[in-house]
Amino acid sequence: MSDVLAVADHRRGDLRDVSYELITAGRQLADDTGGDLHLAVISGSVDNFAEKLNRDGVDAIHTVSHGEEFNHDVYTQTITQLYDELAPQYVLTPNSVNGLDYAPAVANELDLPVVTDTVDLSVNGETLTATREMYGGKVETTNELEGDAVVTIREAEWPTAEGTGDASIAAFDAEIDEDAIGSTVNGFEEVGGGDVDISEADVLVSVGRGIEEEENLDIIRDLADALDATVSSSRPIVDNGWLPKNRQVGQSGKVVTPDVYIAIGISGAVQHVAGMKGSDTIVAINTDPNAPIMDIADYAIHDDLFDVVPALTEQFQ
Amino acid sequence: MKILVTVKEVATVEDEFEIEGTEIADQYLGADLNEWDDYAVEEAVQLQEAGVADEVVTVTIGPEDCEQTIRQALAKGADRAVRVWDDSLEGVDLLDVNAKTEILSAVVEEEDPDLILTGVQAGDDSFGATGVSLAEEVGYQWGAVVNHLEHEFDGDVASVRRELEGGVEELTDIELPAALTIQTGINEPRYASLRGIRQAQRKELDVKNLADLDVDESAVDSDLELTDMYEPESESDVTVWEGSADDTAAELGELLRDKGVAP
Repeated sequence: MSDVLAVADHRRGDLRDVSYELITAGRQLADDTGGDLHLAVISGSVDNFAEKLNRDGVDAIHTVSHGEEFNHDVYTQTITQLYDELAPQYVLTPNSVNGLDYAPAVANELDLPVVTDTVDLSVNGETLTATREMYGGKVETTNELEGDAVVTIREAEWPTAEGTGDASIAAFDAEIDEDAIGSTVNGFEEVGGGDVDISEADVLVSVGRGIEEEENLDIIRDLADALDATVSSSRPIVDNGWLPKNRQVGQSGKVVTPDVYIAIGISGAVQHVAGMKGSDTIVAINTDPNAPIMDIADYAIHDDLFDVVPALTEQFQ
Repeated sequence: MKILVTVKEVATVEDEFEIEGTEIADQYLGADLNEWDDYAVEEAVQLQEAGVADEVVTVTIGPEDCEQTIRQALAKGADRAVRVWDDSLEGVDLLDVNAKTEILSAVVEEEDPDLILTGVQAGDDSFGATGVSLAEEVGYQWGAVVNHLEHEFDGDVASVRRELEGGVEELTDIELPAALTIQTGINEPRYASLRGIRQAQRKELDVKNLADLDVDESAVDSDLELTDMYEPESESDVTVWEGSADDTAAELGELLRDKGVAP
């Protein structure tokens, strides 16, 4: 009744980091509830994954060997059966693209509330307090709910669990109804290849929504030329088709760690920051002094990019 | 094929704003069609233009005020709209995923679409969960975070790409009927033409309350209660350069020279 069941995330043979973060978040919750932390490892090389996930704080690992890759129907069926077997208070999953492909279905199937993209969690008795952002990170909110729930956690918010645990590891005998599986994964494709690898650049001149129009990109290109730097961008620029996918920095694009990252007209949504926070020096040019990018910038200019960028270019021409 | 697109008017917030209780003060809020839904509408309209879809219907949960926003979808080519509102929804500051699922599932059962398109998430509350929850509720198949949909369907199967993290796409076949949550960048949403905007005024916009849909009022009781809202504490130790554009550009130029990265 007071246990926590966390569901590991893996892809193409590797566990994703968020799996170890889930152990940390799950252990904290289980300490609050006074229960055990269970992990579910579904599909792929489950024994190998289970061994790696056996870190400090894990009480039991349940493996379900069914197929190599993620399938949301297999996950949904397995997790609902594990819930019936273990009766945990909370089901904890990553707020990854795949997490969002099964967690809401699990919640609905079990008639439980679902709270997604949490960045902090605490429990007092039966009351869960979940912290999450709204309005693209402009505000944080706390939300309370009573009783059992499905909760997804944002990636890279909790530290990864370390050490070696002494969890019991056992196969769980899930009954998978093959007839209920309505989707088939046929393969994967790496996108964003091509002429330029922005992750190799020493200096990135990175442009976001603030550039307003496609033709305004010229001032960004001029600056990059003058600095002998590489042009990259946030998501909206690529969504608009103004730059190819291989220029996109962020969660669904590339992770970059240049010496200097100049963010021009980029607000700094969490998905973008995930791709560039490791840069040595971050400079933000943005009219909004409250933009989230300012939280991770080392230097900032709160001014109009259409004034600052040409002035900067001029210095190096 | 009939397509149902869920659309939502979302609140947009100015750069500077104030919080009153658990809400952003009204004077700092604007309204717009949810960005992700704009892509979902475009995808549906393109399927109609390609002769794949016969009818595109939008559904929203929202008060009368949002009709202007919802008509944007009609102006872009959707055939008709359903708007659900009820006295019991007045003053509810957070409608959680289960509540939206219960209300929308009643509309799905009435409309009986072959394909449901939703945005991946809403720009305001950003749960990112309603599409998948809805699919499970009505017994449809689903796919989350779809950034490509083949417009030629192989019988009752949709071929999609799901945008995973790190520049990897998953190629997946999904049996219809299905709900797909649509990611930005899947297409280029059009601007409504003047003719479209005029036509939208004459298109059918049905208003239904919960009783019309046989949904019990208890459906709007969210399990999740919003208890606090605040501006995140800035952990910033940023050095802000002040002055004219020439001054600040000179500071940045000097930094680049100091770092040895300037040519």
